[in-house]
Amino acid sequence: MVANPKLEAVGRDLESGEEYRLIGTAFRRVDGRAKVTGQTQFADDLNFPRMAYVKLVRSTVPHARIRSIDLSAALAMDGVLGTLVGTELPDKFGILPVSEDEHALAVDTVRFVGDPVAAVAAVSEDIAHEAALAVKVEYELLPTISSFDEALRTPEPQMHDYADDGNIHKKVSLKFGDVEEGFEEADVILEDTCHFEGNTHLAMEQHSAVGVPEDAGRVTVYSSTQTPHYVHRALTKVLGLPASRIRVVACSNGGGFGGKSDPFNHEMVVAKLALKLGRPCKVTLTREEVFYCHRGRHPVLMHLRTGFTKDGSITSQHLRTALDGGAFGSYGVASTYYTGALQTTTYRIPNYWFEGARAFTNKPPCGPKRGHGTPQPRFAFEVHLDKAAHHLGIDPAELRLRNLQPPDSVTANWLRIGSIELGECIEAVVRGSGWKERYGKLPEGRGLGLACGAYLCGAGLPIYWNHMPQSGVQIKLDRSGCVAVFCGETEIGQGSDSVLAAIVAEVLGIELEDIRLCVGDTDLTPVDLGSYSSRVTMMVGHAALQAAERARDTIAKAVAAQLEVSETELVFADRRVFPAGDPDSGLDFSAAVVAAEARYGTLGTTGSYIPPRAPGRYRGAGVGPSPTYSYSAAVVEVEVDPQTGVYDCKHVWMAHDIGQAINPVLALGQIEGSIYMGLGEAMMEEQVFRRLPKRLSSALVHKMPSLLEYKSPGFHDMPGMTSYMIESRDDRAPMGAKEVGQGPLLPIMPAVVNAIFDAVGVRVDQVPATPELILKGLEARARGRAARVGPTRFPRVDYGTPVEVPTPEQGGDGRARHDPKHRGLRSASGTMKDRDEALKERRSATLTTA
Amino acid sequence: MSGPSALPPGVTAAVLRVNSEDYPVVFPTHHTLLEVLRERCGLTGTKHGCELGECGACAVRVDGEAVLSCLKLAVEVRNSEVETVEGLQNDNELHPLQRAFADFGAAQCGYCTPGILMVASALLDRNADPEDAEVYEALSGNLCRCTGYHRIVTAVRWAGAMARGDDWRPPEEDFHGADSQAPHAGRDG
Repeated sequence: MVANPKLEAVGRDLESGEEYRLIGTAFRRVDGRAKVTGQTQFADDLNFPRMAYVKLVRSTVPHARIRSIDLSAALAMDGVLGTLVGTELPDKFGILPVSEDEHALAVDTVRFVGDPVAAVAAVSEDIAHEAALAVKVEYELLPTISSFDEALRTPEPQMHDYADDGNIHKKVSLKFGDVEEGFEEADVILEDTCHFEGNTHLAMEQHSAVGVPEDAGRVTVYSSTQTPHYVHRALTKVLGLPASRIRVVACSNGGGFGGKSDPFNHEMVVAKLALKLGRPCKVTLTREEVFYCHRGRHPVLMHLRTGFTKDGSITSQHLRTALDGGAFGSYGVASTYYTGALQTTTYRIPNYWFEGARAFTNKPPCGPKRGHGTPQPRFAFEVHLDKAAHHLGIDPAELRLRNLQPPDSVTANWLRIGSIELGECIEAVVRGSGWKERYGKLPEGRGLGLACGAYLCGAGLPIYWNHMPQSGVQIKLDRSGCVAVFCGETEIGQGSDSVLAAIVAEVLGIELEDIRLCVGDTDLTPVDLGSYSSRVTMMVGHAALQAAERARDTIAKAVAAQLEVSETELVFADRRVFPAGDPDSGLDFSAAVVAAEARYGTLGTTGSYIPPRAPGRYRGAGVGPSPTYSYSAAVVEVEVDPQTGVYDCKHVWMAHDIGQAINPVLALGQIEGSIYMGLGEAMMEEQVFRRLPKRLSSALVHKMPSLLEYKSPGFHDMPGMTSYMIESRDDRAPMGAKEVGQGPLLPIMPAVVNAIFDAVGVRVDQVPATPELILKGLEARARGRAARVGPTRFPRVDYGTPVEVPTPEQGGDGRARHDPKHRGLRSASGTMKDRDEALKERRSATLTTA
Repeated sequence: MSGPSALPPGVTAAVLRVNSEDYPVVFPTHHTLLEVLRERCGLTGTKHGCELGECGACAVRVDGEAVLSCLKLAVEVRNSEVETVEGLQNDNELHPLQRAFADFGAAQCGYCTPGILMVASALLDRNADPEDAEVYEALSGNLCRCTGYHRIVTAVRWAGAMARGDDWRPPEEDFHGADSQAPHAGRDG
């Protein structure tokens, strides 16, 4: 099925090996000048007359009922304008419709240290701060849960009554194919238990939001958010206002990495206070508060069991995961599925059983961080494969090459794979690193490690069920020759503005400076779901391509009539529109727009994109599908001091299957940034907590809510990097371009620990792999014990009866066995069938104007 | 009210010299230079990432030296020349550092960029042709979560070359990726 009507045209271009004019060149990003001059306006850079400053009062205890909140001292302070408490915003919100469990301000219960309880607004930030300290909250302490194990042991009291089982928020068991038979066919079965510690995004910009009241009870919220559309929906629910009265504007984000993808308490609070006080209200979180917002990488304990034949083919895999979710749902249900869903995308796994569970604990909520739920099981899998290679006597690169998932295939769990250049990626890093000559042969203390990964090019389904486009673009053209492009996308630093502008400029044959962007504004721009799941290049790109091609077609018709030539002869290039054979007879682009405006009236076109329908029909099939996937392979070289366990990464070779780089400098920047962030996770980053002694309330507190103590890599920690972009255009993607923002992070963590093994023979089955752990392994080895550090047990979890789904190879149809009368998925906007009909119709749709 | 003597206690009136311009401002005496620049002078190009001197986002230059404006009180710079990112360009012409950062992908989200630019400009004024290690040293107090640092270091060196009139530019593989067919170059960091 072709989801985008213009795909066929792109396909034609690809066949003719079309060379792009702008796409693929190292142009300066469209917001580059603003970013180096201080002109970019982040949310906290906004100021309005009479603006009040807001501070949140946050819980000092990890789990308690609120007995009372005394605001009187705060209200009595000179300069305090007003306060807000939870009962004024009683409706809950949350990013996923299945877990709307957050109050803007706690109504009766607080669930972690940092949970917002009240808010104060004052004429200055200093006074707001003093007033927040003056708010007195009395708590009645409740027992706390600090880990997955404790959640399992403590079903009562429930932190949230909608949890699947006690304090286990979500349980999943999905079985594809005949897993037991697969294990019987195996010559070797390997088992591993691994742990991936939680860590946080640490975007340099702290979250900030400004609520501005307007006429007729309307309110605008400016925010550092990656998902203005979802914030808009949450505000509508919490404020109890029609969506048309609320406008959300996403400011450029000072880094996101997934940490600004949830609707947040502070956004609800400034909107409500703006309406209550009739003043603009700003809140900017402190760095400590950002650690409480969190939504970062889930700590995940994993158990992996895989069957291999002697020649290294995988026969069956059983993966169990246990996620420590923190105090709220956030993206957790999706995160849980993601700890299993993409496991099948790289290597052929004919039979696969995934069991996952997420616990509620009294800590800041976990959510999506770069790679969302997939880096943890990828770590486990790639370390496991390294061990398998040693066990089977097969080179680790060769073992992976033997198991590659074929292109244009459907996996055991019903994911449709598009183009896959993972083999090319592996070969590039093997060549570049001198793997064949050096792996296993370097002197003691030096080692190489290899690992791979795959990631989505956009989540196949929106977060709330609907059949509307997941991305929309509008283009306005007029006699000035300026092309205004409207899109709900959000620039978080990754270069989404540049992708949008470059695609439109490419199609219309104009320059980037001819384009004016209006983005991330829920009143002024068509909906785009946001900057998450590496969806922007794919989805915004498709929508932009369609809108631009419609604009090109309209202009071409007018120019063809004026020049009395056929529109198919016309070329759009160099800011001109001209017949291919007679460039001199053409028109300047602005004159061409004039011709079209005169002929058709005011000009505007739209484009939209809905991903193709994925073949899976079982419950849980919604997490994992994507129009296509990106692939990466990395080799990391380390040097370990065998006396201390201290190690350095010396060099990283990374190859990424990108399809087509829209801008190679920006794409390489994403690869390098992924290597950096991966090294942070592999070597040092951890969001960990400790329980205070009883005399200090036994509270669970963040160990290091500051930039100094939360260790992240600095300039000195970076190794040399060699980045390869494997460009093989994918015809499912606009201009053939796949994602690059998240995928290259995935191989880093396992490649680092695989390299440590090659260097000193110690297996570190957990990250961060600290020198202390390596030293422990070295000492064990010196005493003749197994040189392995990592978790030794996996809790007994009742994951429930598995949903059994026959695989494509077994002749399945994507549905679960014994699925009670599958009635098809239905939402307010129709059924899947309606959606397919609508897509067909849209495919044949003519221009929106003319 | 007339004259500074009429100011309430805890409030200071001063004329700050920022980017060679005078800013008459009134501010709480305990406010940092960072706060006064952003909130009183309207110069929001200078950023905050931690307010504790941990991240370098707020770096500005005071009498030529790079300092963290979150750790400096505004009253301390009453007799100093302060330079911020807004003063880096020359009329409408970008400073070589700004050009290199914009063209080379050394600014992604751009939030740490103003601080890094100011530290780097202090470095280049001291040493127009720094080695990688000198750039690392100068910028070791600045955090960036987007770039992986490599492009920042190389952009600083590129800017130095531009300023010197040297035609050195970053290697081609930094613009288009490495050649995936190339064998191991014997590089080991």
